[in-house]
Amino acid sequence: MGAGANGGKSIGGVVLGLEGISLAFGGVRALQNVSFDVREHEIRAIIGPNGAGKSSMLNVINGVYHPQEGTVTFNGVKRRDVNTHEAAAQGIARTFQNIALFKGMSVLDNIMTGRNLRMKSGLLAQAIRIGPAEREELQHREAVEQIIDFLEIQAYRRTPVGRLPYGLQKRVDLARALAMEPKLLLLDEPMAGMNVEEKQDMCRFILDVNDQFGTTIVLIEHDMGVVMDISDRVIVLDYGKKIGDGTPDEVRGNQAVIDAYLGVSH
Amino acid sequence: MSERSLDTFPRLLQQHAAVRPEHPAIREKDLGIWQSWNWSQVAAEVRALACGLSELGFRRGDSLAIIGDNRPRLYWAMTAAQCLGGIPVPMYQDAVALELEYVLQDAGIRFAIAEDQEQVDKLIECRERSPGLEHILYDDPRGLRHYQQPYIRSLDAVQELGRGRIARQPAFIDAEIDLGKAEDVAIMLYTSGTTGKPKGVCITHSALINAARGGCGFDRLGPDEEILSYLPMAWVGDNLFSYAQSLLAGFTVNCPESGETVMTDMREIGPTYYFAPPRVFENLLTQVMIRIEDAGATKRWMFHYFMDVARRCGAEILDGKRVGSGERMLYALGNVLVYGPLRNVLGMSRVRVAYTAGAAIGPDLFRFYRSIGINLKQLYGSTETCAYVCLQQDGKIKLDTVGIPAPGVEVRIADSGEVLVKSGAMFKEYYKRPDATAETIDADGYFHTGDAGFFDADGQLKIIDRAKDVGKLANGAIYAPNYIENKLKFFSHIREAVAFGHGRDMVCAFINIDIGAVGNWAERRNIPYSGYTDLAQKGEVYALVRECVEKANAELALDPALSASQVHRFLILHKELDPDDDELTRTRKVRRNFVAEKYKVLIDALYSGKTAQFIETQVKFEDGRIGKVSADLRIEEAKTYPPSGVKKAA
Repeated sequence: MGAGANGGKSIGGVVLGLEGISLAFGGVRALQNVSFDVREHEIRAIIGPNGAGKSSMLNVINGVYHPQEGTVTFNGVKRRDVNTHEAAAQGIARTFQNIALFKGMSVLDNIMTGRNLRMKSGLLAQAIRIGPAEREELQHREAVEQIIDFLEIQAYRRTPVGRLPYGLQKRVDLARALAMEPKLLLLDEPMAGMNVEEKQDMCRFILDVNDQFGTTIVLIEHDMGVVMDISDRVIVLDYGKKIGDGTPDEVRGNQAVIDAYLGVSH
Repeated sequence: MSERSLDTFPRLLQQHAAVRPEHPAIREKDLGIWQSWNWSQVAAEVRALACGLSELGFRRGDSLAIIGDNRPRLYWAMTAAQCLGGIPVPMYQDAVALELEYVLQDAGIRFAIAEDQEQVDKLIECRERSPGLEHILYDDPRGLRHYQQPYIRSLDAVQELGRGRIARQPAFIDAEIDLGKAEDVAIMLYTSGTTGKPKGVCITHSALINAARGGCGFDRLGPDEEILSYLPMAWVGDNLFSYAQSLLAGFTVNCPESGETVMTDMREIGPTYYFAPPRVFENLLTQVMIRIEDAGATKRWMFHYFMDVARRCGAEILDGKRVGSGERMLYALGNVLVYGPLRNVLGMSRVRVAYTAGAAIGPDLFRFYRSIGINLKQLYGSTETCAYVCLQQDGKIKLDTVGIPAPGVEVRIADSGEVLVKSGAMFKEYYKRPDATAETIDADGYFHTGDAGFFDADGQLKIIDRAKDVGKLANGAIYAPNYIENKLKFFSHIREAVAFGHGRDMVCAFINIDIGAVGNWAERRNIPYSGYTDLAQKGEVYALVRECVEKANAELALDPALSASQVHRFLILHKELDPDDDELTRTRKVRRNFVAEKYKVLIDALYSGKTAQFIETQVKFEDGRIGKVSADLRIEEAKTYPPSGVKKAA
């Protein structure tokens, strides 16, 4: 409604560049020579039919998969192989298509796990909660409370995640990712399986995250309405190849994209 | 400063700031922590806000729209407007833009204060068609950083402006407050509009303060009460309890973190003075019952055993009546094992006085709360009477009356059975509607409530229904639809009921099941369902509802006057009645005529003896989109009973 995708924000230079990425699993070529970039502060969507290589692309970005060819440049540092742990330390957070939370733990504790990489005190100090460790925990708790407030999940602080409905679990997943205070946030189908109202809420949260925290966002999404509404630029994959790249309007008008994905009748 | 009378709200605020500056005035839970402001801080905030509004051009007599959840700054905005001789107009936070627009235009509003982005967006939409709205001010800046419109400002910025004004002209605001008079309009509330367009009810400082003073005296409310303000600010009750009475007695108002956290927040605060419409008490009870059914066998047995004890003697003990020592001991044991913990879970451990009003409360529901030791009472009133007509006295509680006329209130029953009221706590007029004002206030100064009722032998008022809803069956028997519906609604499985019968040969009813309670019931029986529509049409659910209807019929049969009103045929609606579809008012009262018209085909089917009827209904989703719900509705018969009261009469 109010501030659209371009509500006065300024998009900066390239933070993430992918150059000639190819990824194969045996004979299956998941990605073939794909190149694109993500600029600071933008919402970048990756779309494409099932099996087009979208999730593989995210997995390459945060180091789950190591591409056979090509380079990934994040924050000016070129890399070929990086493991997930290093990617997280560099400020890349993600949410998962099939929520990855600790179902038996409370919402609060789950989000606190997102602060893990930022905790400085040692295991022992944390376990017995001595002076500095306690202060540190309070600090982190404050940061987590900000996120809880931001995502409007105050009512569920103490609820075990497994007891929450799906849409809320997705929100907690996002909260956990945000708790890392990431520079780059990868969202894998944040709206899959949601009803209209939940989708609308999620859209607003994504836009707000992008706006308030200045987080750069790369997202995969199937709901075309959502993608076209909130993204600044869209990249289209089909059978592991890039077939379109540009603003939502450009992509919408691209014949290859229409044929491959949106259906010829459109 | 000379001695001034405390006859306006700004003066009351100044008085508290002087007398009890350190006493907490208002709290709000923010980022998981309760933040509080004492009276002197509140006074400073209000002054800054008032001066800021004045800087923006807010003048004496202007209206200030306020829309959002219960937030400290929104309450302060009310006092700020009153300091300047303006009139706050709180609005329902879930009202759609079109409804807001009507009020904005009707009241000629130039200034609006919104809680957050959601409300600001609605107001921007309104502004396109109501250009008279000059300023939109907001409390929570989230998501609003990039709104470039020059007419949108944060309340922080307004208060900053105000502080500048205070530095330049320190005496300005006191002079403005001095200009205020008791007979100025303090607040304008729009009626929910069960019939026709909403009307602005103008209430003066003196009326609201009279009502607050009467209520505080009646229940001995002092500065140490704690109240949770979670009901819509646009509703007269919230204005009386959370605003007027708090400012009069100086007690603490607590704003919950969000609408969803009310239960948790209530447990943390432990209010001593509590108000909720029957629906909230009903929902709480439903939740308790659901959780008890899920509890282990021992706990379940304990709960049911001691609830039986409470049902026998709990309410009597609370009323200070004579109860045998054996029962007393059992009750004391129950208090330790069940009632105490239960009150704690409900957040009502410290409740000294609790009220309910707005709709009739089921006698069993009412008795449940009283029997576990919560001093729940009923009151009777309306927006026009500042929710202050009748109150129940401690120790003299009857289940089916609303108590005696409150101090300073005169109540008379018209020949038609309508309840008439005259008091110092009455509204001044309907805004710009002298015709409507003249219709409801007669030449002798009595307000026509539109409710039908009578005084019982103890001088307590008993309300049976809306005067216009009371009708007659074809055989001439009296028919009070609300009375029947309330009987049905007490069952935890039934959320809403609409009865029909005026001019007909029998009573039939629409039922809305309670998706929470029935859903849980179905899950425990392994009955799969995909949603409300599906669940509502299950044979098992029909059997469940039929059982409830028949129980209600058995109770109706006991009362000779009402035994003809037993429900013969019923159906379960395929969708929940919803204010967004205009079927309920924002205070969730059924719009009877609208529903009857919209579902005419269903009513015809009920009375024509059909066993099923197809219907397709348009529904409005929360995001404003429109969709359709259709279903083949089953229609079932319920057993009726011969009037058993007759025997006694003979």
